[in-house]
Amino acid sequence: MRWVNIKPSRGSSILLAAVPLLLVLGAYLFAATARHAANPSDKILPTPAAMITAMRGLLADADPLSGRLIFWADTLASLERLGVALGICALSALLVGMVLGVLPAARATFRGLVTTIAVIPPIALLPMLFILFGLGETAKIALIVVGVTPFLIRDLADHVAALPQEQLVKAQTLGASSWQLALRVALPQALPRLIAGLRLSLGPAWVYLISAEAIASDVGLGYRIFLVRRYLSMDIIIPYVAWISILAIAMDVALAQLSRRGFAWAHQAS
Amino acid sequence: MSELLTFDNVWLEYGDKIVLERVDLGIVERSFVSIIGPSGAGKSSFLRLVLGQEAPSRGRILLDGKLLTPECGPDRGVVFQRYSVFPHLNALRNVMFGRECATAPFTARLFGAARRAAAEEAEAMLAEVGLGDALHLYPAQLSGGMQQRLAIAQALMARPRVLLLDEPFGALDPGIRQDMHRLILRLWQEHALTVLMVTHDIGEAFGLGTRVLAFDKRRVDPHAPHRFGATAVYDLPLTRKTLPNALGPEGEVLRLTESVITNTEDSL
Repeated sequence: MRWVNIKPSRGSSILLAAVPLLLVLGAYLFAATARHAANPSDKILPTPAAMITAMRGLLADADPLSGRLIFWADTLASLERLGVALGICALSALLVGMVLGVLPAARATFRGLVTTIAVIPPIALLPMLFILFGLGETAKIALIVVGVTPFLIRDLADHVAALPQEQLVKAQTLGASSWQLALRVALPQALPRLIAGLRLSLGPAWVYLISAEAIASDVGLGYRIFLVRRYLSMDIIIPYVAWISILAIAMDVALAQLSRRGFAWAHQAS
Repeated sequence: MSELLTFDNVWLEYGDKIVLERVDLGIVERSFVSIIGPSGAGKSSFLRLVLGQEAPSRGRILLDGKLLTPECGPDRGVVFQRYSVFPHLNALRNVMFGRECATAPFTARLFGAARRAAAEEAEAMLAEVGLGDALHLYPAQLSGGMQQRLAIAQALMARPRVLLLDEPFGALDPGIRQDMHRLILRLWQEHALTVLMVTHDIGEAFGLGTRVLAFDKRRVDPHAPHRFGATAVYDLPLTRKTLPNALGPEGEVLRLTESVITNTEDSL
């Protein structure tokens, strides 16, 4: 049988997917044990036991200065920034993307502006945002918004503009006005695309969040990682990075579920 | 019968490229006009003119004696070969769409009694095109033939003065296509429709139409082929066959078909 025709069943797919993850985990454990055998006070590859000890303090004991449970305070602060920022991104992208997608005149007018903004590396704008908005929450949220929104707008506007011309003509022959066309034909078909765009934007959004937190913050997952770097605390950095990836996967799965539940028609093979 | 659609010396030009020239036609109410011709002979441009997607560069098009606005409107219904139903609405909502737009200008949605009335009417229309069992299915769950039935039901709900069909059955299997021919003839009679149908299938054009228009260029300048536009070079009125064997004896259709093909070739 040719290799291209070997297709794993559902059960064996799950098994196969677990193998590389377990291999990476096993390799880490092997390396950590080996390093600790040579040097019991090694900080570069901490053992799972060392990570649990280090994290227990952050998870359960209140910080003497602020009185907060540090791990949960970090998680909450980061998720709040990300949530607010992605909410603003989604709403503004929906509004602008719909207008650009539906109205050819608006597209002709603003396409150049959106493209120009989209090619600026957002991190390069971070100093400007700190100057304009101060070092508080606004600048961090603004960075994510500036980084993600132009991509979402372009993606959505292109998607709406690429709806089959036949559909738009058909709607007009059924008496739809511009507003009704936007509301009943373009908007419902734009929403699943917006969710797909948000899923793709999660990666960049996390990058902007952690960059902003690393530079100026007093709480947040990114802030903590960069703070404990000074003490070579890999026993905290590694669990934090793992936690960030778990949060990112959870958000991705949640958005995928939302799309599948809310817009079942978009997930049927045509 | 009165003339519903009038073309008065209509030209369609893009820059110095002439697509249609000197189109002079009158289409009477309740006729079924088939439009045939080689690719690039302006069949679809002709349909776009009627639809209002384009304005003629010269001449006038009159609908019911009034100048046609160059914008699509509910007096002209259309069914395309593909993509003419909304993928995000189920069959029932697809058919209700026109009514919802007409009655609720701001929300484009109906509620309560108005919604029930529209739904009932839509159900009846869907039953008429043979989709009575598929009310709640989405277009992606329907076969190609069923999607075209849905598109026809959707168009008829708006009670158009003219129904425009742009190769509506071109993508369907031959068996399904025959069913659709019977359906469209029945609807044409029952709803007293005026139909303009562009098709590549000459048998279909003669089998369904009460009149066949063959579009082509009258003259061709080999050095500047774009300088002469197409027009209706043949305008053949057909006597209506009775419904039960609406598609007529094969032989007659074939003979007519052959004569048109030879004539068209001669003129090239």
